Amino acid sequence: MIVFPGSNCDRDMYHAAKDALGEEAELVWYQDSHLSGYDAILIPGGFSYGDYLRCGAIASTSKIVDSLKREAERGTPILGVCNGFQILLEAGLLPGALLRNEKLKFICHHETLVVKNNQTQFTSDYQMDEEISIPVAHGEGNYYCDDETLAQLKTNQQIVFTYKDNPNGSVADIAGIINEAGNVLGMMPHPERATETILGSMDGLKMFTSLVKNWRDSYVTNA
Amino acid sequence: MLQTHEISPEVIEKEKLYQEMGLTDEEYQSVKKILGRQPNYTETGIFSVMWSEHCSYKTSKPLLRKFPTEGPQVIQGPGEGAGIIDIGDDQGIVFKIESHNHPSAVEPYQGAATGVGGIIRDIFSMGARPIASLNSLRFGPLTSGRVKYLFEEVVHGISGYGNCVGVPTVGGEVQFDACYEGNPLVNAMAVGLIDRKDIQQGVAKGLGNTVLYVGSKTGRDGIHGATFASEDLTEDSENRRSNVQVGDPFMEKLLIEACLEAIHCDALVGMQDMGAAGLTSSASEMASKAGMGMEMNMNLIPQREANMTAYEMMLSESQERMLLVVEKGREQEIVDIFKKYSLEAVAVGKVTDDKQFRLIHHGEVVCDIPVDSLAEDAPVYYKPSKVPAYYEAFQQMKTYQPDVEDVAETFKQLLQQPTIASKEYVYDQYDSMVQANTVVSPGSDAAVIRIRDYDKAIAITTDCNSRYIYLDPETGGKIAVAEAARNIYASGAKPLAITDGLNFGNPDKPENFWQMEKSVEGMSAACLALDTPVISGNVSLYNESQGQAIFPTPIVGMVGLHAKTKDITTSHFKAAGDVILMIGEAKPEFAGSELQNILEHEYFGHAPSIDLDLERKRGDALLKAIQVGLVKSAHDVSEGGFSVAIAESLFNQPTLGATVDLSGDVNTVLFSETQSRYVISVDPADVAEVEALIEDATVIGHVTENGVLRVTVNKEAVITEPVQALETLWKGAIPCLLKSKA
Repeated sequence: MIVFPGSNCDRDMYHAAKDALGEEAELVWYQDSHLSGYDAILIPGGFSYGDYLRCGAIASTSKIVDSLKREAERGTPILGVCNGFQILLEAGLLPGALLRNEKLKFICHHETLVVKNNQTQFTSDYQMDEEISIPVAHGEGNYYCDDETLAQLKTNQQIVFTYKDNPNGSVADIAGIINEAGNVLGMMPHPERATETILGSMDGLKMFTSLVKNWRDSYVTNA
Repeated sequence: MLQTHEISPEVIEKEKLYQEMGLTDEEYQSVKKILGRQPNYTETGIFSVMWSEHCSYKTSKPLLRKFPTEGPQVIQGPGEGAGIIDIGDDQGIVFKIESHNHPSAVEPYQGAATGVGGIIRDIFSMGARPIASLNSLRFGPLTSGRVKYLFEEVVHGISGYGNCVGVPTVGGEVQFDACYEGNPLVNAMAVGLIDRKDIQQGVAKGLGNTVLYVGSKTGRDGIHGATFASEDLTEDSENRRSNVQVGDPFMEKLLIEACLEAIHCDALVGMQDMGAAGLTSSASEMASKAGMGMEMNMNLIPQREANMTAYEMMLSESQERMLLVVEKGREQEIVDIFKKYSLEAVAVGKVTDDKQFRLIHHGEVVCDIPVDSLAEDAPVYYKPSKVPAYYEAFQQMKTYQPDVEDVAETFKQLLQQPTIASKEYVYDQYDSMVQANTVVSPGSDAAVIRIRDYDKAIAITTDCNSRYIYLDPETGGKIAVAEAARNIYASGAKPLAITDGLNFGNPDKPENFWQMEKSVEGMSAACLALDTPVISGNVSLYNESQGQAIFPTPIVGMVGLHAKTKDITTSHFKAAGDVILMIGEAKPEFAGSELQNILEHEYFGHAPSIDLDLERKRGDALLKAIQVGLVKSAHDVSEGGFSVAIAESLFNQPTLGATVDLSGDVNTVLFSETQSRYVISVDPADVAEVEALIEDATVIGHVTENGVLRVTVNKEAVITEPVQALETLWKGAIPCLLKSKA
């Protein structure tokens, strides 16, 4: 998990992986510039560099992102949540951009998402069209892309999650997308906040279990 | 010893320039006596901020001494940056509330934002990780354009700062009354979690140790902010915009992480944030507490602007700054920690043993003051107090009886009163879930945060019904504490301690001082009865606008402990078939009620009565029933009375309804605001056991699955409404008022 100055969901993500999932996890400070040797890379939410420029824009120019791009090319699974999604977009690892919410206000509550692609390594434990409850917490989560990109996203089944009741004005109700290669996923909602019953929802846990299961499968196959 | 361009000490005395800085003639004479000479410009400024009400509590001190502050649960009482209570397992909860009223009245976004930032610094300067923040807001009626602007921007400011800094904003309260029209209240509370071994103190110990300045550079913003906070708001206050500081939550986030890393380095001796009166108060208090002195070189202070004077640097309230004292010779260890976060840590001075507060600028001594005289020797005033005429008149009045024409319509109107209506518009803008520990988000009686790795949680609430306090400060003061405790009990936790945010008018008016005195007495009595000592707090006086004081508003921030997470209880009904019980009985008490507000547009009469022993007994009994596992939902009865409480228990549950049968006077059973009452729901099989545990619990109805709220009084139907329709009114009220043209 990469920690940028101003990341603030890093511990949440860490605990989701470590406590709820029971896997080994490590927080990597953005100045430690190499990322090789990890089985998956998670970019947590927050306000990197205060979001004083466009969200994620400054973080996307840090050295560690060069390393992130190399890992993306190598096929390492990368998940960016909220500010992490914004960083992936700014870094060019995913297409499109995030604008301010339609109503220009920060929003924070549980949203119902629909799983539109359960054939990815992040979502294989979900059913197709399954409805899940995941919290959102963002001021700039209004996904935008041009028509051509949208058509591509649709053709390639790159739209992974949509909002059932669009809270922020996103194009085509998009909540999360994946790259063409299928190893980089970005989403605004926070699955790491929905991994324990006491927090109100367990629906986010399957993202992490999917990831682990698929890694094990490929590891066993390749071994 | 003076800089040439500065006004001379002689001129300061002759032209009484000290008055402009906030010192009275007598105070100036005391300063002269302490120094044995005339103070120079910088020194006069330093005395004036340190002796301002905001820093010295010179008016409120005699009252604050009345608060009970001790108990086995108290680890740290008032006196440090924030108080600490024991939650077992060698862990403590650090919390404090603070006001930012005057800045928010002038520049609402930054005023509110820096209020959040300041209180969070108080928490992590104790060595605790901030885990939650809450707020308590008061505005005028949401009908004028100015009030709407203040309301929207204050909420926006809290959201902007709190979300970015990564501390969940989990609760609070917002109320609207005409007395706050010109002087809104913005109180922010922060809560932190600490391992007892990590507790820090703001002390400058050890002769020769180094004073490190950390965080943002010092600018000219907020100069004399503490003094500004210690006078009435007038039309001139608009010109005070430059007294309001600007917040940088990103810097604060870096400071949190760096400071919490630094506490694990034993080179760190003491740490304090630069809050009100900035560098002056942090430096002098740290030295005074340690029984030492301090010398600083002003040329070394990181400065944002050119040619700043010592006066400006000492009085600046630039945000996101900390002062650290570090073992001599080991500065680099601390500097390196801050460097990791791209923060500067600069040596600016040293600890001395002569108990003098000495500042050097351009090689000259610009300030040389006995340090104790700033922190310890501030004057204390015993203000005259006088019973206000209005209070005496209210005491003579007969019991107020409301004249309600249409019960169902009045009920719907109550749900749409801004003070009662859903605050979703507000809390949806706050990230209430970051850190992934929030079990109960805003909207229930108390917010609940679980303590990770342990099977326990804490409940937090803020509360204060100032209408009752206006009617009768002593009774109202008791109610403020009791109502907070009720929120904690209803959530399944044991109340532990409070922080108080005392907001009052100008204390120089004897009637205002009487209100302060009586409400503190009432609160103290309740704190004793409920075993919730005061562990920290803040005083904000001079909350007046155009000569009109606010209602006395001593806000209570309370923290309680859930012994087990299974005890966590919310206010919402859970399942059809569950039995609804009422704890306590309504009396005809309508003075200060929301109903009186609707019908009379003013408040008069006797405040609702309160029996603190009964309050404690009922709360303890309810908690016992919750701990045994018998209670499925619990909600306290407050503004709007029973009718509003039952409606709120049904909201956010799409299909549930309730059928309730009451007897007695219709207005009383539905709308009275009699204290110490709860609405609970239990499984039908557990009713007898609950009734045996809770003496005053009576079955009044059951939860249904038809989505309709049906209430009969004396067998006659008075309310039959679809819950969905009621919820739409309740949720839509505030957004609707904001949209309508002023």
